[in-house]
Amino acid sequence: MAKTLEDKQYLIRFNCDQKSHLEVKDHQICATQCPDKDCTIFCPAEVYKWEGDRMFVGFEGCHECGSCRIGCPHENIKWEYPKGGHGIVFRLA
Amino acid sequence: MSEKFDVIVVGAGPAGTSCAYTAAKNGLKVLLIERGEYPGAKNVMGGILYRKQLEEIIPEFWKEAPIERPVVEQRFWFLDKESMITTSYKGLEWAKEPYNNFTVLRAKFDKWFANKAVEQGALLINETVATECIVEDGKVVGVRTDRPDGEVYADVVVLADGVNSLLAKQLGFHKEWKPNEVALTVMEVLKLPSKTINERFNVKDGQGVSVEIFGDATHGILGTGFLYTNKDSVNIGVGTTLSGMMKKKLKPYELLEHVKQHPMIQPYIEGSETQEYLAHLIPEGGFNSVPKLVGNGVIVTGDAAQFVNAIHREGSNMAMSSGKIAAETIVKAKETGDFSERTLDSYRTEIYDSFIGKDLKKYKDAAHTFEENPQYFQEYVPLMNQAMNTFFTVDGTPKWEKQKKIIAKMTAGRGKIGLAKDMYKAWKAVK
Repeated sequence: MAKTLEDKQYLIRFNCDQKSHLEVKDHQICATQCPDKDCTIFCPAEVYKWEGDRMFVGFEGCHECGSCRIGCPHENIKWEYPKGGHGIVFRLA
Repeated sequence: MSEKFDVIVVGAGPAGTSCAYTAAKNGLKVLLIERGEYPGAKNVMGGILYRKQLEEIIPEFWKEAPIERPVVEQRFWFLDKESMITTSYKGLEWAKEPYNNFTVLRAKFDKWFANKAVEQGALLINETVATECIVEDGKVVGVRTDRPDGEVYADVVVLADGVNSLLAKQLGFHKEWKPNEVALTVMEVLKLPSKTINERFNVKDGQGVSVEIFGDATHGILGTGFLYTNKDSVNIGVGTTLSGMMKKKLKPYELLEHVKQHPMIQPYIEGSETQEYLAHLIPEGGFNSVPKLVGNGVIVTGDAAQFVNAIHREGSNMAMSSGKIAAETIVKAKETGDFSERTLDSYRTEIYDSFIGKDLKKYKDAAHTFEENPQYFQEYVPLMNQAMNTFFTVDGTPKWEKQKKIIAKMTAGRGKIGLAKDMYKAWKAVK
């Protein structure tokens, strides 16, 4: 059974676009106004990783659930759908 | 692609496909736009599909649809750390036609369903994102897509683009959802031989079980876990409001592991193999979160309209009914050629007169009550477990004394009046 998030993500098919469909609007806000950085915790695919001075956005593993757009306390995430046919491809449920 | 249609439906999920199917069946020229590689590629559901609403669209659909198992038993587990109280209803009338509900795997099901709409004459275009509604003179006249020259026009655009309905938001039909209006749910599909499933869940081939799990599954915060049997796999998942997840600093995949490894649950899934991991939001704002549903040339359906009854885990059925009602509204409007908000508004009144509006209204305070009063899941579920343990453990204590002890424990936290108030509040929220 897939225990870690890496194990889980590994099972999913992605048809990645070159260009990210997620964008941190202002990296300064993450650095100076957001001590909790909740997105790094609640994102179900750990797309957001704080690298000490900057938010890294691993859009390739995104489930397109929308939690980050809704949950970001500073509305600091520009969230679009990946280009048609791209992004996550669920095969089962 | 600047062709004109009678209806453009954005999103080939349950709402969109029901709308496209019904509209095409009534002779309308329908374009169904899907952003995934195929319908279902972006869609996630715990897995329960109710029979009634789809049957009204496709009679006896179960004879050909890719369903997993008809559910014959609905179980409810109230979990503490190392114990649980269970209750269930099992009825073999649910194992026969016309059935009550089924487990389904959405990628398979949605593909089949969309194909039925195509058979009725709808044009399905996959791998296409509708990026915005084209608005002229205050009226929606089509959508812009991410295809080259991708503008398409129609008398009516139906938004069935799911919980993240960027198009309805763009039109100003609702503000961004708040974290307490959506539930973040994660799940896994676990492969298990059907014989093992039958043994562990005490069913035969062609019989399924649904389990809703409360209490420790979500560490006591508002939300539920679930375990549903497919043919040769089970879906296990857990969801809480996004606000709850944020407040408790929970990582959803760790919460899922907590559920999978819970000693009351683990034996059911032992030895299984994960096939897929999926995350999705469920719109659970309820009655008070329903957005503006109708505009000039536009109708909002399904998850995009927050049509989910979280207490009864109903959503895809409401989506289907709303899609069907939308199509019927458009068919009627076509007779007069008037697609104004005033004409299409009969969609809104029909929705509110149907089980969708009535059920949403019945539970309009439920989510709020349980979110604001975490004691129900956090305190009462463990207390009930402890009470059962006290009462049924034979240790020489007379039963009267045990009863006294239990009542003292139950009322220790909030007093007898507090307990009575809590019970009344819970009843009021769901009455």
